[in-house]
Amino acid sequence: MGRVRGVTGFPAKVAAARAAAGLSRRTHAGGGTTLPGKLLLRMAPDAIERMAPRLSEGAVAVSATNGKTTTAKMLASMLEPERSLCRNTAGANLASGVASALLHCRRADLGVFEVDEAALAGVARGLRPHVTVLGNLFRDQLDRYGELEAIAARWQEMTAQLPAEAQLVRNGDDPLLASLEHAGPALTFGIDDAGSELAEMQHASDSKWCPACGTRLRYEHVYLGHLGEWSCPGCGRRRPRLDVWADTISPMGLDGTRFVLRTPLGDAAVELPLPGLYNVYNALAAAAAACAVGRVDVERLAVGLERFDAAFGRFERLRIGQRDAVLMLAKNPAGANELIRTLASDERPKQLLIALNDRIADGRDVSWIWDVDFELLAGGVQEIVTTGTRASEMAMRLKYGGIETDRLVVAEGIAAGLDQALADGDGPAYLLCTYTAMLELRAVLQRRGVVRPYWEPA
Amino acid sequence: MTDLRVCHLYPEHLNIYADRGNIAVLRARTQWRGIGFRVDGCGPGDELPTADLYYVGGGQDRDQLLIADDLRARTDGLRAAVDDGAWLLAVCGGYQMLGHYYRGHRGDEMRGTGLVDLVTEAGQTRMIGNITIDCELRPGEPLTVVGFENHAGRTQLGDGLRPLGRVLRGHGNNGRDGGEGVHAGRIVGTYVHGPLLPKNPALADLLIAAALERRHGTVALEPLDDRLEHSAHEVAVAIAGR
Repeated sequence: MGRVRGVTGFPAKVAAARAAAGLSRRTHAGGGTTLPGKLLLRMAPDAIERMAPRLSEGAVAVSATNGKTTTAKMLASMLEPERSLCRNTAGANLASGVASALLHCRRADLGVFEVDEAALAGVARGLRPHVTVLGNLFRDQLDRYGELEAIAARWQEMTAQLPAEAQLVRNGDDPLLASLEHAGPALTFGIDDAGSELAEMQHASDSKWCPACGTRLRYEHVYLGHLGEWSCPGCGRRRPRLDVWADTISPMGLDGTRFVLRTPLGDAAVELPLPGLYNVYNALAAAAAACAVGRVDVERLAVGLERFDAAFGRFERLRIGQRDAVLMLAKNPAGANELIRTLASDERPKQLLIALNDRIADGRDVSWIWDVDFELLAGGVQEIVTTGTRASEMAMRLKYGGIETDRLVVAEGIAAGLDQALADGDGPAYLLCTYTAMLELRAVLQRRGVVRPYWEPA
Repeated sequence: MTDLRVCHLYPEHLNIYADRGNIAVLRARTQWRGIGFRVDGCGPGDELPTADLYYVGGGQDRDQLLIADDLRARTDGLRAAVDDGAWLLAVCGGYQMLGHYYRGHRGDEMRGTGLVDLVTEAGQTRMIGNITIDCELRPGEPLTVVGFENHAGRTQLGDGLRPLGRVLRGHGNNGRDGGEGVHAGRIVGTYVHGPLLPKNPALADLLIAAALERRHGTVALEPLDDRLEHSAHEVAVAIAGR
């Protein structure tokens, strides 16, 4: 893109960027989810700062390594009936995606934006969110994001600069987030349920050492990765008191999870239509954020969660011909481990497709697949089809994970892989994809009339 | 019974690039051949176990700092083990700690073990990407090794030391001299992860056979069905070559 000349004045720039959105959609270049914002930010770098005040109730920024899309969507589901929301969609979560969303919303009460963890500090400077939700920090795409500590340090800088009236919503079970300092009010969420703990820490656990003093943390309970009820024997830091929490958690197989939601607004029994403890964390983050936003009651929170549709590729159920299929996005070891753990909890033999790409948006480095406990699948699968740019590497990983080689099929191309995965077995087919593999798979499904284009609102 | 004993140094601290994949490969490729396998972890303060092959991986900067003193204190023990016939394989951060020091951007210096005559200094940019090297761990048996590298450090080998291999694609030790890693006697260091061994089964087998020699003499390793490994290797070489 060259320099854009001849457009002066902010309203004219906004109009030019809006026109670009229409063009991008008409030419099928994409959904116009980032390009208009990119263009506008090029013309007016302070565009977010200038547009944000139009939101009468301000904005919520949701960030995390895993779960930001789901959390933002859950929050929207709780708040939407009473408020008109401005939201970015489909993982368009850099400054350009937020600017595009603001461009499209002429009249909205509240912004609910998911923001990439590395982009959060920059976006927050312009957006000045009234509520900042920090869900978790896991190891993710080291070639792209750098080390965990670097992100944590950037977040620390950001939270320290938040205005005193801004509210921080953070996961108290994540030692890295619990240690962030903020002058204003903070709401802490977490899990308080001894029955849900892991027998031992998972291999991919990143943050076993106290962020303040480096001593090995002690865990009363570990729930997921390094999330749990922690304390430091060295300096005495411990998980903060929880304001919003879940207890009495009971999984309903792959159909969902029951739990009791405890909030300052009261308690509610929730039947969440999503499996996995990680989705309980997402629900808690959304509930705590809704409490921070205000003008909502606990019934609304529960109803919002129970009516929730899975976000784009997050345990999304599809009907493909005569088969049920479940689409799952796997981006990093912590997220993939939760998916694998959820799948393994269902003992019926399963048919799986694993699509592993190594493009920039997936992370060029595929070594992370060795940090995923695919071993849990051994003995519980009928067949695993692998596909994507690193299909044979994925199959090899499964072989060393104890999956018999006669149950492994390497397929050339996503469409062939999908056909192979749907051809055998009778239960649902589980389709596990990295980010760009999921976009390719959706394109195949779209051609077959199965799913809507991702930029159309669900 | 023939058996391989591996010592995994700091498995809790140095595991950033899926180092456990390397251990899984050593385990599977010995057990599939009916060779016994045992791995002992060794964390800070633990007694150094006796082993045929010592493995040290890479960690986040902070985790590396946490174990640096402990590793330095083991220098003599590791040297004695290598003199006694054991092999030492070090990847990424572990490789840097084989040398005399790692000097950061701000001139901050972390002293290494000095087991090998090499030094590392941080550059302004990280060297990130797929990498392919040509190497000859056992003279007369050239092989291609493929993987991923991600390091800010530029490593310079001392005079007379040879690298593990020559860079075909990627950066290697420092992006200048075409060398990658180091091969000094029974010590091997490299920036290649991915992890290193799964996609490079020939290298894995060379290391297994070499490490077995300490207690079992020359052991002929039966061939395995490596079709998936070879395919993963070739795909990775093709992607690195683009």
